[in-house]
Amino acid sequence: MTAEVAVSVPVAAGPAAATRWRLLRRRPAFGIGSAIVLFWVVCAILGHQIAPQDPLAQSLLKVNIGPSGAHWFGTDDLGRDVLSRVIVGARDLLLVTALATVLGTVLGTVLGLAMGWFGGVFDLLVSRVVEAVLALPSVIVAFLFVVAIGPSDLTLIVVIGLVFTPIIARTVRAAVLSERHLDYLAAARLQGEKSPWIMFREILPNVLPSILVEFTVRLGYAIFTVATLSFLGFGVQPPTPDWGADISKEYINLPAGYWWQTLFPALAIASIVIAINLITDSIEQVMAA
Amino acid sequence: MVLFVLRRLGLMVLTLWIVSLIVFFAGQVLPGDPGRAILGNLASAQSVQVLDHQLGVDRPLLVRYFSWLGGAVHGDFGTSYAYRSAVGPLVRSALFNSLKLALLAFIIVVPLGILGGVIAALFHGKWLDRVISVAGLTLATVPEFVSGIVVIVIFGVELKLLPVSAAAPAGASAATQLRDLILPAIPLVFVLFGYIARMARAGTVEALDADYTRTAMLKGLPRATVIRRHVLRNSLLPTITVIATQTGYLIGGLVVVEDLFNYRGIGNLIFHAAQTKDFPMLQAGVLIIGIVYAVATLIADMLLMWLNPRLRAEGGSS
Repeated sequence: MTAEVAVSVPVAAGPAAATRWRLLRRRPAFGIGSAIVLFWVVCAILGHQIAPQDPLAQSLLKVNIGPSGAHWFGTDDLGRDVLSRVIVGARDLLLVTALATVLGTVLGTVLGLAMGWFGGVFDLLVSRVVEAVLALPSVIVAFLFVVAIGPSDLTLIVVIGLVFTPIIARTVRAAVLSERHLDYLAAARLQGEKSPWIMFREILPNVLPSILVEFTVRLGYAIFTVATLSFLGFGVQPPTPDWGADISKEYINLPAGYWWQTLFPALAIASIVIAINLITDSIEQVMAA
Repeated sequence: MVLFVLRRLGLMVLTLWIVSLIVFFAGQVLPGDPGRAILGNLASAQSVQVLDHQLGVDRPLLVRYFSWLGGAVHGDFGTSYAYRSAVGPLVRSALFNSLKLALLAFIIVVPLGILGGVIAALFHGKWLDRVISVAGLTLATVPEFVSGIVVIVIFGVELKLLPVSAAAPAGASAATQLRDLILPAIPLVFVLFGYIARMARAGTVEALDADYTRTAMLKGLPRATVIRRHVLRNSLLPTITVIATQTGYLIGGLVVVEDLFNYRGIGNLIFHAAQTKDFPMLQAGVLIIGIVYAVATLIADMLLMWLNPRLRAEGGSS
């Protein structure tokens, strides 16, 4: 679970978006990270087409076979092909994390803009709710709701999205507060523009870089949370291939020497987490430049 | 100062009250009734009704909320569905176990994290800085079950150096308990290292850029003295806040680690409560984590106030 620290990234007013994008593309870390993420996105979309075998097909004659030409990543204790399960396993994880992070970012942005712009009692009240949610680790909050509603991809998306909302709202609020006193907002107000217009057309474009950084950071945490919930049996449900759930089922076979059943899904999780962190780090470097 | 403390306490109570609302009403979304859930499908409607009455779940929602909250304030969290005994003592002993594990993890990770962050800041922008930053961020987001399994395989199964189960019998000697807790502490250290290093780095980079540091350098003080006396004193303050906010995580995020190592802490307790749909236990566990987090951040704020005279002056006047 997640430890939540909102580390707001100082975004310099320097180069324009196009220049930043050019700087970003030149960073090798960004290239490597993007390539790995792209690889898993392709697996998620085309999973069943590119998997060498049916990830659900069991075979009693082929249980616990080590990596070989026929099964590059070996087979699990039900004789299912580990490589195929790793490839198809990207689907639910990526779908849930992406949608949950988008949901949290959209809701958090709207809430944060409103808190920063209106301030006063509204800000005070919502800030308390934000604090309350931050006091509880996401995995634990997810427990409460998954137990109450029952596990499904939709439950995961909604719960993780809602848990992330206050965290993102806090970052956006801080960014709005640093814009509030600037002249362009005073000018907009004097022109008699309405609050929604000012919030979404004037402030939003200026705080967008902070939101982008927050989005990529949250994406990393979302993977952490979903994988952990799946490992604990509260996330993606078997027999659907999932890295976290597969590890939880197979790791007890490790002492028997069947390392491939656990190692490959674990490497898959590590690779996507590292890839997202390489992207996040590159974006932060470019933004702060 | 007194005003500041009172204000902070007031806000903390308000936050905890909202936590209690979230925790209680999440439990009410559950369709069906607890009596049926406990007794199973074969029980007669009458016995389900009797049990519901015993548990008090046939009362109106608001009555139940206030009686639950009233009990919780006095340390009475009701009766566990799964254990059929009072929740309070079970949660208390589990919390004590978790605090022991968390303390060990902190003792290891705080110096390591600060050291890593300060080194990264001193090499600001160089490759060593990038390696420490990316490695820290990655360790922080690799789930504990992955790092935990790696640790179990290497130290427990292959090298057979340390026990893979932390289920020492009650009353085991302190040395045995400590030995049992070393492996479970490692995944927690991994996750926390990144945060602490990140904050220590940010604070140190800022302090290195500050005018007072330049003045000290220009005065001709040795670099080591400047860093020790001028940079670190200013840079490590924000790190205290991070360490405190991580306490909440540590207590709550123990779920996976305690499950992997079969350790009877609050994380394990909450996990089993969730598996058995034991709502009184689940609610008590989550509420306790909220309280621990709130108290830890309160202490951190006080400490920060006490260490930083500038904040103290502002807090006192407002």
